[in-house]
Amino acid sequence: MNIRSRWLNFGFQLAAVFMALVFTTLVLVIAQGQPLEAYKNIVIGSFGSPGKIADVLVAWVPLLLAASGLLITFAAGLWNIGIEGQITLGAIFTTWMLRGLQDSTVPPAMIIGMGILAGAIGGAVWASLAGVLKTFGGVNEIFGGLGLNFVATALTLWLIFGPWKRPGIGSMSGTEPFPQALWLPQIEGFRLSVWSLVIGVAVLILVFLLLQGTYFGLQLKAVGKNGRAAFLLGIPTSRYQMMAFFLCGAFGGLAGAIQVVAVYHRLIPSISSGYGFLGLLVAMLVNYVPLWIAPVALFFAALNIGSIQLPIVLKLDSALSGVLQGALVLFVLMMDGVRRQFLEKVKR
Amino acid sequence: MNVELRNIHKYFGKVHANDGISLSISSGTLQGVLGENGAGKSTLMKILSGFIQADQGEILLDGKEVKIHSPADAIEHGIGMLHQDPLDFPPMRVIDNFIIGQRGSIFPNRADARRQLLELEEQFGFSIDPENYVDTLTVGERQQLEILRLLWLGAKVLILDEPTTGISALQKTKLFATLRKLAEQGMTVIFVSHKLEEVEDLCQCVAVFQRGQVVGETKPPYVTDDLVKMMFGKVVTLEAKQAFAAQKVLLQLSDIKIEDYRLRFNEINVDICQGEVIGLAGMEGSGQRLFLRACAGLLRPAGGQLILDGQDLTGKSYHAYMRNRVAYVPAARLEEGLVPGLNLMEHFILSEVQRGFFINRERCLQITQKRIQDFSIRGTSASRVEELSGGNQQRALLALLRTPLKLLLMEHPTRGLDIESSIWIWSKLKERCLQGTTIIFISSDLEDILHYSDRILVFFGGRVSSPLDASKTTVDQLGQLIGGKGW
Repeated sequence: MNIRSRWLNFGFQLAAVFMALVFTTLVLVIAQGQPLEAYKNIVIGSFGSPGKIADVLVAWVPLLLAASGLLITFAAGLWNIGIEGQITLGAIFTTWMLRGLQDSTVPPAMIIGMGILAGAIGGAVWASLAGVLKTFGGVNEIFGGLGLNFVATALTLWLIFGPWKRPGIGSMSGTEPFPQALWLPQIEGFRLSVWSLVIGVAVLILVFLLLQGTYFGLQLKAVGKNGRAAFLLGIPTSRYQMMAFFLCGAFGGLAGAIQVVAVYHRLIPSISSGYGFLGLLVAMLVNYVPLWIAPVALFFAALNIGSIQLPIVLKLDSALSGVLQGALVLFVLMMDGVRRQFLEKVKR
Repeated sequence: MNVELRNIHKYFGKVHANDGISLSISSGTLQGVLGENGAGKSTLMKILSGFIQADQGEILLDGKEVKIHSPADAIEHGIGMLHQDPLDFPPMRVIDNFIIGQRGSIFPNRADARRQLLELEEQFGFSIDPENYVDTLTVGERQQLEILRLLWLGAKVLILDEPTTGISALQKTKLFATLRKLAEQGMTVIFVSHKLEEVEDLCQCVAVFQRGQVVGETKPPYVTDDLVKMMFGKVVTLEAKQAFAAQKVLLQLSDIKIEDYRLRFNEINVDICQGEVIGLAGMEGSGQRLFLRACAGLLRPAGGQLILDGQDLTGKSYHAYMRNRVAYVPAARLEEGLVPGLNLMEHFILSEVQRGFFINRERCLQITQKRIQDFSIRGTSASRVEELSGGNQQRALLALLRTPLKLLLMEHPTRGLDIESSIWIWSKLKERCLQGTTIIFISSDLEDILHYSDRILVFFGGRVSSPLDASKTTVDQLGQLIGGKGW
């Protein structure tokens, strides 16, 4: 790719961001809101105080994990829609481990560690199910993943209102919170844990290294870009697809585990909070380049946190951040198509 | 309807598929269109039936110029095409398939359509139950359904592209009778085929295509030799070949049975020697590819035994064959051979035996640069494969092969390449033979097959010939065998 087409790419992306902003503004105007006020509030709500910044980082970690994992499945040419369920299962497995060990004599740090590990395994198992359905059952991973997402949600609700319900009555607020000893240590006065930040960044770097510098990463890419040629070149394609599912599920499960040990300290009904789907958007938006995940995920996290106070201050729904995020992805993908057609015309 | 095509040109990239074709067919004629694969027959028919548009040229129907933008357009003008593989909807009922292309009302009149379908069936002596599902029909019956459908939609010109490939002899007789009857009723029938016998048998007039041009038009009585010569060009005398001295048997096929949904081969028996070159001749789709894939473990034979160098590999996976030093080079370079989006170096990394977990870029760069030089690929280690020309892609495919190999299986090793590249590629392949590699290859170029193989297997109509000695066979003989004569 030469410098000129690089600039062209950048120009098209910039235009897409601009169009997404215009579109969202239009939506705001139609809803009789004040666009500038809304944007200002989002910025203040996300970066206005150290506490807000910490909250943004709390949302950033699961997004990082989900998007990094999805980069692996995307590299293998797979649409792992089931990431939501994998996050959920991670949370369930972690809760299960913590519940099992909280009354034992095992040191708390060890329990937390084992809980996180259990979460990764839970997500990996759930993803492997989608993988098995795909490679052995011929079920498209999108349908398999979607189905498994529903099962995961049902499983959470059953656990919260059934076997794991709070003493007395089960409620939507989740299971009984864990004692503070089983929380991942947080920075004094903030909800943020340095440990979860470390895990998130470490996974991102791991995925970056895996995809850039290893045989495994290259073989995954070959499988994703042309499975038939990869097979003829001697790569066992279905095994690699399974491994991609497994890894992505493990990272999704880690996200779920962190939601339990570092954020909610219990299992709640919508523990995945949509970070899986948001991760899909991030992965698409960065055009599958690992290093861009960090800033884009941060931006998305900031939008999510920043829009929380919109209903209070401006009587606007906080779904506005979703409108902007969705519009962004749609316009970026659309401009990518436009760019390709443009380049083809230029070639002729 | 009178059909006239004037000066039709069509390019696919750099390939000039139709190079100024003019053809005039009068109403009620059974017109044959003959030519080898890639001669431009199908392209012209797709242009006439609206599947693709010509870059240049005119189509006249009954003397009036028309523009045909889509197949729906074509049938409006009365042109219907029967494709080589039936384009129908197997999970749906016959009657639904029948009415599916009808324009007009939202609610089709099934009862009426059903009555008309049965009437048409009676007229031509077909018997297809309208309530049957299409996937229970034979290819021949699906063809009959398609013909009736096109007639019902008002076709006055019927194009048939290689219609006899997948049907039985009985159905073929019936098809020909139907076509003759239709022609008597004034239908213009265009019959596209590479099978000399059928064209001679059926058509009142034949146009022979070669390299995108009409090289001759004849009427009965046909002289087979002349048709062969027109199809394949002039017979070139070949240079003297070195006689191959068979030594050790490498590949033993005994009672191998291969089948797919169209073709079935019973009991193929052949022994192939070390260092030998075997050419697989036959029109495309006659089963050469099935045979080649079976030799690579990509297709599991339905029966029989395959022994490679003393080892029984029957039923093993392709990757097991690979470990036994078998390699397969597909014809579809960018679809099956290479990975678009990855560069040359990444390809060489993938083809090499993995060392460790992390890629040693320095070492791989050296290997890549050496291979690029050895195989004179015009490109750099960072060139993505889809940016290379076809010839360079083929060179890259060869460069990816591991050494040593026992058996090298190739689909169309020189298809689409200029003469220089072809000669170069064959020189590389012959080097491998001297090192003891056996090569089995498919080609539609008869001269290539005769020139480069030691022995030839000819495929026709579900049969494989016994191996022919390439030095004792002529282009004419081979051409006739491929066209189904002299079996």
